[in-house]
Order: sequence, then structure tokens, then C-alpha cells
Amino acid sequence: MFVRTYARLFVAGFRRQSTYRLAALGGLVANTTFGLLKVALLFAAVDAAGGQLSGYDVGAMSAYIWISQGLLGSINLFGRTDMAVRIRSGDVAVDFLRPVDVHLATIATEVGRSVFALLPRGLPSVAIGAFVVGMSLPDDPAAYVLGALSIVLGIVVSATTVYLVAATGFWLVETRGVEILYMVVSGFFAGLFVPIRLFPDWLHAAATATPFPSMMMYPVDVISGRVDGAESAGLVGLQVFWLATTIAAGQLATRAGRRRLEVQGG
Amino acid sequence: MGDLAARTAPYRAVLASRMRSQRSYRANFALDLASSALVGFVELAEVWVIFRSVDSLGGLDLAAVVLVFGVADLTFSLADLAFGHCDTIPTYLRAGTLDVFYLRPQPLLLQLITSDISLRRLARAGVGATALVVGLAINDVAWSASSVALVALALASGFATFAAMFVWAAGAQFYLIDGAEATNAFVYGGRYAATQPAAVWDRPLKAVFGFLFPMAFTAYLPVVTLLGLPGPEWMPGWLGWCAPVAALWAWLLALLTWRAGVRHYQGGGG
Amino acid sequence: MSAPIIETHELGRDFRVRDGVRRRTVVAVDRLSVRVAPGEAVGYIGANGAGKSTTIKMLAGILVPTRGSITTCGLRPVQDRRRLARQIGVVFGQRSQLWWDLPVRDSFRILAAIHSLSPVAERERTDELVERLELQELLGTPVRQLSLGQRMRAEVAAALLHSPRLVVLDEPTIGLDVLSKQRLREFLVAERRTHGTTLLLTTHDMGDVERLCDRILLVDRGSLVYDGTLAGLSRTVGAQRIMVVDLASPAGDLVDVPQTRHVGSEGSGMRQRLAFDPEATTAARVLAAVSERAEVLDLAVEEPDVEDVVRRVYASRR
Repeated sequence: MFVRTYARLFVAGFRRQSTYRLAALGGLVANTTFGLLKVALLFAAVDAAGGQLSGYDVGAMSAYIWISQGLLGSINLFGRTDMAVRIRSGDVAVDFLRPVDVHLATIATEVGRSVFALLPRGLPSVAIGAFVVGMSLPDDPAAYVLGALSIVLGIVVSATTVYLVAATGFWLVETRGVEILYMVVSGFFAGLFVPIRLFPDWLHAAATATPFPSMMMYPVDVISGRVDGAESAGLVGLQVFWLATTIAAGQLATRAGRRRLEVQGG
Repeated sequence: MGDLAARTAPYRAVLASRMRSQRSYRANFALDLASSALVGFVELAEVWVIFRSVDSLGGLDLAAVVLVFGVADLTFSLADLAFGHCDTIPTYLRAGTLDVFYLRPQPLLLQLITSDISLRRLARAGVGATALVVGLAINDVAWSASSVALVALALASGFATFAAMFVWAAGAQFYLIDGAEATNAFVYGGRYAATQPAAVWDRPLKAVFGFLFPMAFTAYLPVVTLLGLPGPEWMPGWLGWCAPVAALWAWLLALLTWRAGVRHYQGGGG
Repeated sequence: MSAPIIETHELGRDFRVRDGVRRRTVVAVDRLSVRVAPGEAVGYIGANGAGKSTTIKMLAGILVPTRGSITTCGLRPVQDRRRLARQIGVVFGQRSQLWWDLPVRDSFRILAAIHSLSPVAERERTDELVERLELQELLGTPVRQLSLGQRMRAEVAAALLHSPRLVVLDEPTIGLDVLSKQRLREFLVAERRTHGTTLLLTTHDMGDVERLCDRILLVDRGSLVYDGTLAGLSRTVGAQRIMVVDLASPAGDLVDVPQTRHVGSEGSGMRQRLAFDPEATTAARVLAAVSERAEVLDLAVEEPDVEDVVRRVYASRR
């Protein structure tokens, strides 16, 4: 029963997304264009560094670029969510009347949408990258299993983290400031334009103290085979840690927010 | 003079009201300014992270690329400030704003351009301007009347070229359903391209962002010319002087696309 | 007759629509030939999708006709759009010409600048419209805070600020309460009387047509099917009024009242509905005849609504 409810929400999120096929095509054009520009710059950087830049050779850099481009449609790096709108408008009070956990239901819907986006955006991006530019991928099938797990974890961590942004709306009248801060920091620390390995140490340390690398950087490192087995497992472990942390925070915030709504009469 | 004042009065009235309303919510406006500055700053940081790990990239060192970033980001931000709302034309179409423009005795495109202004982009332009000043200071620029003229020409042409990109995107979206992302690939992808040394591009990228949408002319080529660097394939070092030609080409492309878009709207759309 | 303010000749407009994968052509307006003289007040009515909005967009130069010709205020709407804009005012019921985050007064000021009104003309016209549309209290209110009725009055003022010769109103009273409708109609009647303004309005409201229009154009599937007075239209289709009477005690069906037709009864005859033709008898005579037969507590006379008239016309053609 429990599983079926969330499975249905997941499917609903999936279906809704499939109606935007033309937008998806436009998204693919944008993805590919940005990908090719990144290729030009980062490949040149690898060359300039003598073929090896912070552990990335050209093949690994290509894998980084195209997998991260492919994940772009599935990872929320904007900070805006439907949930934030519902909390602001007070519609969330209706959600609390339903016999589901509002927090988990929101995340199930969000993850459904994101997983669907892998089909029109994720796979073609990777395919274009592999075909046009070429990339190095691991030979070991186990790396793919771990990579797939890592990608799913990344998508879920994105949903659970951005939910926390929306949840600030229970207390703040205007959440736009939090959303903007999230937008600016998340892309940078998730490794959207530059792999965080290239950061100076202090900046790298700052990035790893946030859940953002778990959304994109770690899955990319795991599936591209830039890191080996033990290190991969470590990164996935970090993702699990951030998943647990953000879910716990989300549960607490939702309960406290609900109490606040009930006290104030929503 | 009086005639010009009378002719521009309608546009000034709209713009003045937009500015008033943006500044009237002080807390919001301050937040917008801060976030806009932060976005610019992070984009500069991304360039810095890459260039700090290598000696030079595409013939540019860190100092030179800061200058490229400064020119590109300053001119893009100012174009975004004045023209950035043009590419949200699907919203205008849905709300019927465009039909309302038809009922007013000014040209449609001028009405669209002057229908809004994003003052918060000033903060980001500030980041760009700072990078520009720092870039001019730390590079070994042979100052003369002609180098001053080159910088001025680059700034004016860069602004015009990016502005044309927004108008082009507006025109193209009359055709493209849900096409905002596709045009973003070239408008915002163009901004990203403009901060790169074009020497790292392969031929197809050079064709698209070097010439079709002349992004290399907005910052990179003028800087190459200013610093007396050798240009890459297809782009000799003196090409920076041709930035105004690139701006004219961008506007030609933009106006033709806009005209075709409006015809399409009047003829086919409802 | 002076030069027409609207003249169309065999006007037609098609749309290509995507129907699944296939594309097909839909005829929105077909062979429309109309002349409207300055000062007329014309009701342009028809079902949804009959081509009314398309015609208005062609009048204003927003859409290019597929066939035929159109002149508005003696100008070609598409080619002479900017000159036409000085002579035409359009109120779209669904889209706003006001700036939603600004006070009403500011929108008027901007529009005055847009239409290059002289300071004197601006002040006089604004004062006139503010007074007649009772906008005084609203001038300092941001548009987004106005009620629908208030906003519509402000929209009408905005569209009329430059004293256009031709005013086109697309569903101006839709969604308004009775009082707001009444005010708006009174204003339009007065505006027309003082300035000789030509009115063209699309509406679903019979009250609008009765109180504002002296001529009706009825369209069906893009074609003109009636051009004349409302009375003439009612005669053609036999539009009847319904008298609803509430009686003091239960009564048998009133089937023998002269010149009426019994339509129905409720509550064992406590409420009865009688249809009558206003051309043949009057409400007073019907009431007198009913009173001879039963004690009447209350009554109401229902107007035929536009939809009903349109439906009858459509039915008679199919």
C-alpha cells in the first residue's frame, strides 16, 4: 500500500513530463551547445596541463562534460519548485489533509519527473558526446551498477535538498532570496562548469561540506571511472550520508511547518 | 531637439514607470542586486578556477582572460539590462501584451524593447566593469589613442551584438513552440562562448559562435588586437577592429528574424 | 451616407491547425461584407468560435486577412497600423492595457504620452473619463488590487483616453455584477451621444445589445447570417419572452391565457411559466389575463438571451 501510493505519484510525475516533447528538444539543443563549448575549453585545459589535469585525461573530461550535461534536466539547480509555490500560497494545507506523507510524496513526484528527463535529455546528451567527441568509460560492469545507483542517489538528493529550500517558506514570507542563494551555490559546488577537483583546496573543502557534489559531481566521477572501486564506494557512501541528512531535515521541517500552519490556521 | 523629446516621450514614460516600480520594493531590489552580483562573481570564479590550473589557454593567460571576461560580462549585462526581457516574448503572447502593442502608434519592436528594464543587472555589470578595470591594469597594454578607441569600440559593439541576440531570440520564438531553451542555447550559450578564447574552438564552433552569432567579436578578438596577440586560424589579430561589422551583421540577422516572426504571427498564429 | 468607418468586402480568414500529425485548414471568417457608418452602435454576436475575435483582430491590424479587403477608419489596418492606432480604441475583455503594478493614474499618464496628447487635452480627457466612469477613488490604487468591475472601467477609460473615433469592445461586461454592467452601459451611451463615437461590441449579454446597439450583426461559422435591428431579429426567429408567475395557491396549468403558450409548472402549479410574443401582446395584458384566473403573488419577465436567439437562428439554418 505504502509503496503503491508513492509508485503512482512517481508515475504521475513521469507522465506529466512526457507532454513537453518540443521543450525537451530545445533543451537538448541547449545541452549540446553548452557541452561543445565546455569540451573546447576543458579539453584545451587538459592539453595545456600536459594531458592530465587533476586526474582528468581527455576521455574522463569528456565523460564528465556529457554526463553532467545529461543530468542537467534531472537535477534541480534553480531552487524553484512547485512545492515552494504551494507553501507560499497556502495550498499545502490541502496536501496535509491527504493520507500521505507530504514530504515523501513531493520527493516521489519530483524524482519521477527527473528520472523521465533522463530519457529525452540525459541519454541523448551522453550519446552525442560519445559519438561526436568520444569519451572513456569503465570496462568493469560493476562500475555501471554502482554508477546507476549513484545517479539515482544524486537525483534523489537533489529533490530532498531543494525541498528544504521550499520548506523555508513555512517561516519566511519570501523564499526568493534562499532560492537565489541555492541557485548560485548549487551549480558551482555541484561541478556544473568546472569539476570541483580543479578547485583550490580550501574551496574544494567548502564544496564537499555541502550536499551539492552528491547531486552531480560524485555520480559523474563514479560512472566515468575517474575514481577506482574503493573511492567510488566512498563517494556513494557520502551520497547516502547526505540523503539521510536531508531526508531527516525534511521530515523535521515538514512536521514543524505543519504545526506552525495549524497554530496559525494556515 | 524638441521633436526628439516628443518622439521619445512614450518610451521614456514607460521606462520611467518600470524603474520606479522596481525600486519601490527596496528589500526585494537589494536582494536582486546582491544575487545578480553573486551570479557574476561565481561566473568569474569558474573562469579563474580553470585558468589558475594552467599557464595559458588558447593563447591567453589568466590576466588576459580576466580582461576578456570583463568586456564580455559588462557588455552582456548591460544588453541584458536593456533588452533581456525581449526573449520572454512567449509570456507576452500568452498575456496578450503583444496584441495591446498593436493598438499603440509606435513600432512594435521599439515598444517591446522599451516595455521593461532590469535595473538589478547593474550589479552584475558592476562585476564585469571591475573585471574590465582590473584586466586593463594587469595586462601590458600599449596605451595610445588607437587602443582607447579600440576599447570604446569593443564595448559599444559588444553591447549592440548581445542586444541583437535578445531581439533575434524574440523573433525566433514566434516560430518555435516552447522554443525558449533552443534560443537560450545561443543567447546564454553565446554569453558563455564570449568569455572563452576562441582559439580553443574547433571549426564548427568557430563558424557558429565566431561568425554566425559573432560572439568572438564581442570580447576575445578586441582583446587579442589590443594586446597584440596572434589570432587563431580564420581570425587574424587585426580582426578586433571589425567588431562594429559583427554588430551590424547581428542586427541584420535579428531584424530579419523579428520581421519574419511578426509576419508569421499576423499570418499564421492566433 | 458619409464614408464608412468600417468596410469589409468578402473578408475571409483561415487558420492552419495541427490535428494530430495532420494539418488542416479552419475557416474562421468567410465572405464577410459589412459597412458600418460613423456614429453607429453595432452588436457583433455569435457563438464562441464564430469568428468574432478574428474579425476584431483584422480590424485592428493584428491579423492579416486571407481573402477579401478591409478598411478601418478609411485606412488599411495592417499597412497603416500606426495611424489607425490613433483613431481606434479596443477593449479586450481578457487582456489588459494597464500596468498591473502601477496605480491607475500612472497608466493613464503613460498612455497619454504614448498617444502624444497635449497636456491640456490629457487633463481634460482624463477628468472627463474619471468623472463619467467614477474612477476618482481608484486613481491611486495599483491595478492588481482592483476588482473585476473596477478594472474594466479603468480599461475602458484607458482605451478611450485618446478619444478614438471607433471603439471596439470585446465582451466588455463579461463577469461583471449587475451594477457594474449598468454603469458601463450608461457611460458608453453618454460617450456616444457627446462625441459621436462609433461602437462595435461583441457580447453574450442581451442587456448589452438592447441598451447599447441599434444594429446587430450575427455570425455563424464565420459567415454573416443577419444584419439589422434587434427587434427585426426577434421577429425573424420569434424570440419570445417568458413570464414567470408565483400564485397564492396551487392551480391547474394556465393553458387558456390568450396569446400565450404554457411552458411549464412547478410545485403543483404554484409557479407557472408562460411564453408570449412581445409583438403580439404586452406583459401587462398577460398579467391581467392571469390575474382573472388566479391570485398572483409575484412575477418576473425573462428576456430571451443572446445565446437563445443565436441558437434559434442557427437551428433554422441547419
